[in-house]
Amino acid sequence: MTTKTLTSTTSVSSIIPALFAVVLGLGIITVTGHVQASTLHDAAHDVRHATGFPCH
Amino acid sequence: MMRHMTCAMPPAFPATKTMLTRILTSALFAGAAAGLIVALLQLFFVQPVLLHAELYETGALVHFGGDPVSAHPELPGLFDEPMRNLLSILFTMLTYTGYALVLVALMSQAERQGHVVTARHGIIWGIAGFVAFHFAPGFTLAPEVPGVAAADVGARQIWWVATVATAGIAMWLIAFGGNLVSYVVPALLLIAPHVIGAPEPDTFTGPVPTEIGALFAARAFGIGMAAWVLLGAFAAYFWQTESARDAAAA
Repeated sequence: MTTKTLTSTTSVSSIIPALFAVVLGLGIITVTGHVQASTLHDAAHDVRHATGFPCH
Repeated sequence: MMRHMTCAMPPAFPATKTMLTRILTSALFAGAAAGLIVALLQLFFVQPVLLHAELYETGALVHFGGDPVSAHPELPGLFDEPMRNLLSILFTMLTYTGYALVLVALMSQAERQGHVVTARHGIIWGIAGFVAFHFAPGFTLAPEVPGVAAADVGARQIWWVATVATAGIAMWLIAFGGNLVSYVVPALLLIAPHVIGAPEPDTFTGPVPTEIGALFAARAFGIGMAAWVLLGAFAAYFWQTESARDAAAA
């Protein structure tokens, strides 16, 4: 019983940080690569073209 | 019993925090390092092609207009537009940090399932990441030189996201599936977005010579692959270093 608790705790604690990191990473990629706000678009313009994001 | 209890007692929070710190730290190091190198490579190899294309996009140069146009016009140098290039460096580092967060999180899960992830393995991870995030969408929506005709940007972004997602799942299945189905399903996932087709423009209006467009796509893919190989190796290296440091501290 005690061992089972330990295993499930470890397993949950391993997935949540990974999920958080994935969401954070995809959020950053969305901002740098996809958001069309003109200031962002202008600043990231060359990077979007060079990195293969749909730009204009 | 008491010993077991003591073992089970440490709550999830510190473990979660350590794990999160490890992922964030290694992703930040890997993304910043790979991003900086890649930004310099892009400025050297991709930016001149982009600037050349912009001369046609703005109409400063016109080909097939009468007189032959030189293929080697005067282009702005690296230090002529410092703010523009500094922003490019910053955004490249940010973008690759975003990729690194996804990559290290997946590495942590692969390791949890008993797979070994060394820096050498990281190179393969990087190539898989390049296929998922760069090559798969670029196979139909080729890296765009400024001035090309293209369909609505929102529609292309939806197709881009769907293609990256299916290609990412395909790469994971090929790497960790281990049976025949896990090769057939990825093949279908990789092909499907291109059979369905990406949003295409109704007419061609691009003023940029095809030679520049082709060179731009080739350079973007080449630097992209180098970028992901570096990112994969760095991500795995820093992930291992952070894990070893935590193990030593424990």
